[in-house]
Amino acid sequence: MASREEAPKVNAGSMADIAFLLLIFFLVTTSIETDAGLDRMLPREGTEIPPPIPRRNIFPILINGNDELLVDGELTDLKDLREMTIAFLDNGGYGIEELGYCSYCKGERDVKSSDNPNKAIVSLMSNRETTYGTYITVQNELVAAYNALRNREAQRLFRTDFTALEALYSNSETSIADKKDLKAKIRKIQELYPMKLSEAERN
Amino acid sequence: MSKFKFKKNAKTPEVSTASLPDIVFMLLFFFMTVTVMKDDTLKVANELPNASEIKKLEKKDRVITVYVGKPEQPFDVALGTEPKIQVNDRFVSLENFGLIILEEINKKPEHLRSFITVSLKVDKKATMGLISDVKQKLREINALKINYTTYEGDAFQNIIK
Repeated sequence: MASREEAPKVNAGSMADIAFLLLIFFLVTTSIETDAGLDRMLPREGTEIPPPIPRRNIFPILINGNDELLVDGELTDLKDLREMTIAFLDNGGYGIEELGYCSYCKGERDVKSSDNPNKAIVSLMSNRETTYGTYITVQNELVAAYNALRNREAQRLFRTDFTALEALYSNSETSIADKKDLKAKIRKIQELYPMKLSEAERN
Repeated sequence: MSKFKFKKNAKTPEVSTASLPDIVFMLLFFFMTVTVMKDDTLKVANELPNASEIKKLEKKDRVITVYVGKPEQPFDVALGTEPKIQVNDRFVSLENFGLIILEEINKKPEHLRSFITVSLKVDKKATMGLISDVKQKLREINALKINYTTYEGDAFQNIIK
């Protein structure tokens, strides 16, 4: 009579092999994809003709076909671009008695540079031969300049960074009531330093 | 009689491999969770540039991806080495690009159509000429929200000496 035998054990020794096989499959197929980048709004079609803008309110940047950066017609190192952009945007050239005086600007108040941040326009021109990598670097520096100024104002007004506000706003876990509040704050900062970037191609 | 007897032929104890499967499974689950299956087969070189001031693209269902770069191996014979546009799995000429994007927008559910973002995945060695043309086409069809998709990193690495 068969006695009570123990159930035979399954050999688990090859489990590791199977797991390895799967692991290697996923290792090979994995491509950690990026889903982040620089957001940009293109101007609407048919809005190219700008009203006459005084020369001092334009910050002309040109990237030529050899990937050289020309700011105001002068050859400039890419590393200086951020500081120069901040200086231009934050200039606030209008006098204290004039309409449109920039009370929060901390710049040089040079009459030859921009009047007010909401009048200051950054004009980015690129050549057909410009490399995309360089173009993105310039774009990145311009965004960085705006972010630096906006962070400063957000710190002054709301004791937090502008980029932190934006991150919180796009976070799906934030409640709708909070989002409304955040949106108002973001708008307020954006009004202080509106991003006015005009792009053109020049051969 | 000594208390400490040295066994003559004591074997070195084997390392237990019983926990090996657990370790491997752990790795496996990590890779399973981070894996994003590729949506498109890339037919163009696509080494994205780096940028530091990036924002995450939220809501994948509102994104249309456009790849730009020079054609990869088997396609470069017929198409040359100039940068080309790829949407979904096929090459698109600049003339048709606007129409193709409109088609893509129309494939999306109606309530999302006005919130479409076009994600430009452009190889960092591509030239701006084609990118400007692409942007112009996007303006013509009123798809104004774009995203220059990049890796996170130091932007100064992009500069090719």
